[in-house]
Amino acid sequence: MTVAAAARPVPTTFSPRWIADRLSAYTLHIAVIGLTIAWLVPTVGLLISSFRPQFLQVTTGWWSAFSNPTQFTIDNYTAMLEQSNLGQAFFNSFMIAIPATVLPVTIGAFAAYAFAWMNFPGRNYIFLALVGLLAVPLQLTFIPVLHFYVQNLHWTTDNLEATGIPGLPWVPLWLAHAGYGLPFSIYLLANFFRALPSDLFESAEIDGAGTLTVFFRLVMPLSVPAIASLVIFQFLWVWNDLLVALIYVGSSAEVAPMTVNLANLTTSLGAGSNLLTAAAFFSMIVPLIVFLSLQRYFVRGILAGSVKG
Amino acid sequence: MASVTYDHVVKRYTADVTVVKDFNVDIKDKEFMVLVGPSGCGKSTALRMLAGLEAITEGKILIGDRVVNNVAAKDRDIAMVFQSYALYPHMSVYDNMAFPLQMAHMKKSEIDKRVRNASRILGLDNFLKRKPRALSGGQRQRVALGRAIVRSPKVFLLDEPLSNLDAKLRGQTRVELQKLHRDLQTTFIYVTHDQVEAMTMGDRIAIMNAGILQQVGTPGEIYDHPANLFVAGFIGTPTMNFIPANVTNGSAKASGFEVKLPKALPAGSKGTLGFRPEAVTDRTTDGGTTLDMKVDVVERLGSDQYLYGSVGGDQLTARVDPRMAVAPGDRVRLGLDTRGLHFFDGESEQALL
Repeated sequence: MTVAAAARPVPTTFSPRWIADRLSAYTLHIAVIGLTIAWLVPTVGLLISSFRPQFLQVTTGWWSAFSNPTQFTIDNYTAMLEQSNLGQAFFNSFMIAIPATVLPVTIGAFAAYAFAWMNFPGRNYIFLALVGLLAVPLQLTFIPVLHFYVQNLHWTTDNLEATGIPGLPWVPLWLAHAGYGLPFSIYLLANFFRALPSDLFESAEIDGAGTLTVFFRLVMPLSVPAIASLVIFQFLWVWNDLLVALIYVGSSAEVAPMTVNLANLTTSLGAGSNLLTAAAFFSMIVPLIVFLSLQRYFVRGILAGSVKG
Repeated sequence: MASVTYDHVVKRYTADVTVVKDFNVDIKDKEFMVLVGPSGCGKSTALRMLAGLEAITEGKILIGDRVVNNVAAKDRDIAMVFQSYALYPHMSVYDNMAFPLQMAHMKKSEIDKRVRNASRILGLDNFLKRKPRALSGGQRQRVALGRAIVRSPKVFLLDEPLSNLDAKLRGQTRVELQKLHRDLQTTFIYVTHDQVEAMTMGDRIAIMNAGILQQVGTPGEIYDHPANLFVAGFIGTPTMNFIPANVTNGSAKASGFEVKLPKALPAGSKGTLGFRPEAVTDRTTDGGTTLDMKVDVVERLGSDQYLYGSVGGDQLTARVDPRMAVAPGDRVRLGLDTRGLHFFDGESEQALL
């Protein structure tokens, strides 16, 4: 089972097969390298810029730093870190991102299990509608949802802060992010769950496992890679989001996340834009840690040994 | 320990897709019953209805005296071994076997006792901590058996459990399964498409084709007295010789020979004469039927020698003494033992003889 893949014969050098193989390997490598460079260049440029003094940033491009490498400075970082409510914004970002990741992934997993392995009337139509929701631009929802929050529930940031319950002002944002994240998380997980072998579920059924047991003891452990990628995806999206946070919690320092805080560093005239470069790298630390720490869950062959010899 | 009864069971998916038609079998307590047939014949569906994985469209299934049509799979007191084994890949061998017992809320000490007992029977003692991925195919198969054994169910269901094993291991496991059946003293229901497995393992065999039960009987009965053309052709390798023939006053006339029938059949009936390769031998008897065969292919298996060739316009296979000297292209005179003669009606394909 594991050795079978190695049996592919190596074509003779310079045979048509060999050339085709080479070509496809090179094309793949060139595409991957090209994409990596395309993504990397602006990031590297930003990184270099963040270490350059403001007067140089606005007069010359980042690549000119190579011709005069003595002009690097960490002033942008110190200035950015010195502003008063960075710590608060950092904390707020976590308070927003963690529930806004946990909620849609958890609810999505339950829903996806139902879509994948339970029979109920209209299942396929509901799933189709859900996939359709992926195409709805979230900006469309701002006015109706906000209207509902404010007019019907009176959930304004001021009202929620007035209750004095910590965390309450973020509830509208959590729910909004959960709503925006759910279609994708259900779609991704349902497809993953569906690919699990049905024999496992039947075997568990005969063994006497109920739906919840199957979900928690079989589906969850076997779906760790899918859930880890979904967590990364959703966390990054929420962590980097500016618009949704601005709409649902506004920009008051007690509740606004990092992104809103950073956007406030610069004025509409461009003053303070030098700080933005440093701030961008500062805010990147957390997503990097999340990604690297979840990476070990991307294991291949999690189903190995389950079905078939 | 219990008997199993299929009483006029029907499985229909849509109005015109019926995969099991009016299925009736009584499986005795402690019996090893094999359901056999070509793929798509409904044997697996019949088993899955008993397991509770498929709803029963019509009729009823009884385990012991209890009708189980509306009993959940877990409450039927059965255990099933899947063709794919369906092991839980993230659990150790021990946990795989303990899982059904944990689901039954059994005490930890009792679970441990049962798992250790099963692992001893199956020789899995050294692998209890391993994950399924670290086991060979045969070991995985035994874990799947172990998971069924620990529950001490009333009925064991096995769905092609050997088809993922290599030939040598399959033969070995066949013997082990029979031993297990004797030790456990439980009803086994075993589904396979392999007639060799059916013949060697079953106390009785139920042969299915196209959703219809063809015949139920001991391996001997089925081999010697097939009820119809399908059963006769399905059981036995090489397959039975089928020769088109007409009946004329007490004997059957084929294109190349005529043979006296041991039992009178209505004159003029048309049908198929059937006899197994071992009924054709290198010994000719006085007054007996002789076949003049033009040999095309000779297969020497050491213990046997098979001759493939034609008699008149019909192809047939003969099993002869391995020491008989014969080469392709030869013409040989062979004898036909009429005790192993069958005759199948041309229209109904039922055995008349």
